[in-house]
Amino acid sequence: MNIEPAVFYVFAAVLVFAALRVISSSNPVHSALWLVLSFFSAAGIWLLLQAEFLAIALVLVYVGAVMVLFLFVVMMLDVNFAKMREQFKSYIPVGATVGILILIEMALVLVGGYFAPPTGAVPAAAAAGYSNTRALGLLLYTDYAYPFEIAAVILLVAIIAAIALTHRAPRTSKRQDPGRQVRVRRSDRLRVLDMPAEKNEH
Amino acid sequence: MTTGALPVNFDFVPALPEIALLVGACVVLLVDLVLPETRRSWSYWLTQLVVVSTAWLSLYVFHEAPAHTFGNTFIADTLADVLKFLSCVTVALTLAYSRSYLAARGLFRGETFALMMFALLGMMVMISANHFLLLYLGLELMSLSLYAMIALQRDSGQAVEAAMKYFVLGALASGLLLYGMSMIYGATGTLDVARVATTVFAGGVNKTMLAFGLVFVVSAIAFKLGAVPYHMWLPDVYEGAPTAMTLFVGSAPKLAAFGFMTRLLVGSLAAMAFDWQGMLLILSLLSMIAGNVIAISQTNIKRMLAYSTIANMGYMLMGFLAANINGYSAAMFYTITYVMTTLVSFGMVLLLSRAGFEADQLDDFKGLNQRSPWYAFLMLLTMFSLAGIPPTVGFYAKFAVIEAAVDVGLVWLAVVAVMASLIGAFYYLRIVKLMYFDDPVDDAPLEARSDTRVLLSINGLALLLLGIFPQWLLGMCVVALTRSY
Repeated sequence: MNIEPAVFYVFAAVLVFAALRVISSSNPVHSALWLVLSFFSAAGIWLLLQAEFLAIALVLVYVGAVMVLFLFVVMMLDVNFAKMREQFKSYIPVGATVGILILIEMALVLVGGYFAPPTGAVPAAAAAGYSNTRALGLLLYTDYAYPFEIAAVILLVAIIAAIALTHRAPRTSKRQDPGRQVRVRRSDRLRVLDMPAEKNEH
Repeated sequence: MTTGALPVNFDFVPALPEIALLVGACVVLLVDLVLPETRRSWSYWLTQLVVVSTAWLSLYVFHEAPAHTFGNTFIADTLADVLKFLSCVTVALTLAYSRSYLAARGLFRGETFALMMFALLGMMVMISANHFLLLYLGLELMSLSLYAMIALQRDSGQAVEAAMKYFVLGALASGLLLYGMSMIYGATGTLDVARVATTVFAGGVNKTMLAFGLVFVVSAIAFKLGAVPYHMWLPDVYEGAPTAMTLFVGSAPKLAAFGFMTRLLVGSLAAMAFDWQGMLLILSLLSMIAGNVIAISQTNIKRMLAYSTIANMGYMLMGFLAANINGYSAAMFYTITYVMTTLVSFGMVLLLSRAGFEADQLDDFKGLNQRSPWYAFLMLLTMFSLAGIPPTVGFYAKFAVIEAAVDVGLVWLAVVAVMASLIGAFYYLRIVKLMYFDDPVDDAPLEARSDTRVLLSINGLALLLLGIFPQWLLGMCVVALTRSY
């Protein structure tokens, strides 16, 4: 008996449900945790597709690092969630109408039977001992070296932007500069004001 | 696959401009770190040097026949060289015009210059992309830099709001683009621009799936261009951003957007022209009408020029949707001349602004003729060009796109375009009236650096010169597009 389709449907169902809970959950911490679950399910599907490296990277990087950071931010930021929820509710009618309309339109195209995926042969399963990581690495540093570099530049821009937008030069250093201390002149320290003498009324 | 020799070609020469720009941007970033506050102009001049050298390099590596490198993900052809050169020149002019404005607002910083250069790099990546992944990465590189540039004035609530709106809607558009690209990948099995084209031409591709993806891709393009009904971000961003950043957002990225659209719609999906023609037709029609009509009621000149941008993108799309070389050339000519005009119009807003004062109201242009006849004349040329009055270049640009539309039998669209243009003439000419027939409300002397003055004058006069001799630029557009496609 082939168990793969069954596993796929379980993962897919959990993924869709978790993704729905991410946006419908009222508590942002819960949303973040649902997102973790959806990442896990996606990683499971990738494992089924024999993309082990991507699946592990997804769990390690997104679940392990990004989501933990995300939870930190959610807990540290002082955001009034009750107020946000109220606004969210007021947008529901418009948002739902547009969303359902788009869904119906897309369904009309998709369900019409035109949308069968290309009927190519299903790729053969990789042989035992095939290294997914090695294949990815080979592609990444040859065919896709240029996009890889550009992605690195995007990360650089993100760093520059984050620093430029949040860094307010702190003046915490009380370091003394002997050179400047020696060079100081009287005019730098002392200001003689020329004030008119006040008239004594008495 | 063997691990010995590289299986792909790595010719670095076609990508020299990009490499120089990336290295230059990093150098500026590092040099700026050690410069004292009083030497900030050094990073400015270094930035100018890098941008101008990149412009020169784009012409130095000039390609008559398309050259591919980096495993076919990078294409360098005449179209790319021309668009890259113009983008670099546009960014150099933007920097020159906004120098005093940036200095007066604490934005004359290394980060500003670095972000501008990275945005320029993103544009060049898009222009030279031969792979959907690169189109997307270039777009993101440019957009991320633009969001950050707008938010750099972080004490201004308006600027931060503009950046936030741009960021959220931009992310939505990127999502649409990726979804569309994934559909195209699903239908053709490749992300290589040229290979998508050959696969579609060969037939046997699920056309419905392709058209489904095309809808999302065209939506994303429309968003980036600011075509109705994807225009809502544009007026808010133009008005809220510091004027220097508005000038940046409104000028060079339009050239990149044209390159992006050409690579995607002409380079890979030309066989689907019938489908995207209809979509562009609706976008073009709505943009021309809505942009020109809504602009009439604006009192803020930045907002008015934003609606004018929307209308102008409508005209550009009208040329593009003819889907032949004449149409594409007309659209390219329109984009180039529109960018030149934008440089002068926003350059003038920058010039009238000073520390603590934004000349962003229409009333700030009152009586400009009494304050400075020369600037008033330059602004007059700009407004005439935007309104499409001969002998300025705007007339020929509009003429070319209308001709392209008529050639493919869309006479009714051409009639609508002319009517919309007449409506548009009202608000452009209102500025001319304010400048020449009203008394100034602001008597502050107009001070500008001499290099800004000279460049702005040349830029303004070019609108007139190109209007009298449009052939060489139009001819260049035709040659560039013919050689590439």
